[in-house]
Amino acid sequence: MATKPKLYYFNGRGRMETIRWLLATAGVEFEEAEYLETRDQYEKLLKDGALLFQQVPMVEIDEMKLVQTRAILNYIAGKHNLYGKDMKERALIDMYVEGTMDLNEMIMCYPFSSPEEKEKNFALMIQRATNRYFPVYEKVLKDHGQDFLVGNQLSRADVQVLESILMIEEYEPTALSEFPLLQEARHLEAWLGNPNCTISMEEAEWKQYGGCWQQLESSLKNNS
Amino acid sequence: MAGKPKLHYTKGRGKMESIRWLLAAAGVEFEEEFVEAKEDLEKLRKDGALLFQQVPMVEIDGMKMVQTRAILSYIAGKHNLYGKDLRERALIDMYVEGTTDLMGMIMALPFQPPEAKEKNFALIIERATTRYFPVYEKVLKDHGQQFLVGNQFSWADVHLLEAILMAEECKPDILSPFPQLQAFKGRISNIPTIKKFLQPGSQRKPPADDKFIAQVKKIFNI
Repeated sequence: MATKPKLYYFNGRGRMETIRWLLATAGVEFEEAEYLETRDQYEKLLKDGALLFQQVPMVEIDEMKLVQTRAILNYIAGKHNLYGKDMKERALIDMYVEGTMDLNEMIMCYPFSSPEEKEKNFALMIQRATNRYFPVYEKVLKDHGQDFLVGNQLSRADVQVLESILMIEEYEPTALSEFPLLQEARHLEAWLGNPNCTISMEEAEWKQYGGCWQQLESSLKNNS
Repeated sequence: MAGKPKLHYTKGRGKMESIRWLLAAAGVEFEEEFVEAKEDLEKLRKDGALLFQQVPMVEIDGMKMVQTRAILSYIAGKHNLYGKDLRERALIDMYVEGTTDLMGMIMALPFQPPEAKEKNFALIIERATTRYFPVYEKVLKDHGQQFLVGNQFSWADVHLLEAILMAEECKPDILSPFPQLQAFKGRISNIPTIKKFLQPGSQRKPPADDKFIAQVKKIFNI
């Protein structure tokens, strides 16, 4: 009997959140290892050789210690039939999720903006969401008239777009005002559920991260 | 009969170079249309050819594909360069993400402010020699096979060779602590399709020079 996947990360969204969403969507129960809160914990993971490129996220799954967010997402999606039924559907899904990941990068990095850059970055983030990314997904849904983005069945693309929508709405509640089909797609949230919903970066008590702050920051910068 | 894939990008490496490498490795002939001025990019955008308003874009098999990783995954899958099962895919994905991170650092260097350049250059060398190359060295050493994954040629091998050559352009002796990688470099370079791509006159692009960097900054408003 397979053990549950085990996630190694900080107690926050960051790059692990999309993985949590995907596991939850696939109905896979997972554990989270002790949250990384000190430098010592991180160094122990390093010393144990648990992190292939010395970075988190890391997910222990099916006897592998997988690292690199996309590698992990690709594996989970493929294993749980959330990656389309052929190469062409995969290609569409890949394009769509790469878009959401670019947007998520902006959302993730925004709280780390310097005071001078905060306003500019906020505006750019919202602008990209509403001018570059959401219109694409709205048009996809409009053009084929189906409930799901690709192949008339639920895929990681739907989950990842939903995740991005919800995060943007936290910053700009009216972000979906021009996108009626995306508004409808939000109903996915109700039946997907998100049992492991974690706190947003803004809400987190940053002081609790102490020495991990710099590690998180540099890990985010180097991962981009 | 499908036409050749058509690549839309600037006339330089950037994010398209890995795609050129992979197509070449797969023995696929391709065409290129170069974005040389802002107007070229605007035209592509106005024609609705760029899903997220960005290049790279590759016309392939009736699709206008964007997003580097999506394009690479498609080509790898189509040409049997993506492993034989989900687990091999996972290994390939991990390895490729590592080399992507390393090459991303090298690619970003010319676009950084002068004050940061020296520090970032040192970081590149440090990351290459302490974070990335040791991993691939160990993978090859541990299984003793010719290729990184599944005892057969894959996207991971092509990408690693590209990263090695790029790192050597930064520091010519950067592979000196890594005998397995040195042998790997020799082997993979000798694969006929790769060998051809490495010869002058191929569609491989040179490192960015000042003129090219200025052009790119203008086109993309950097």
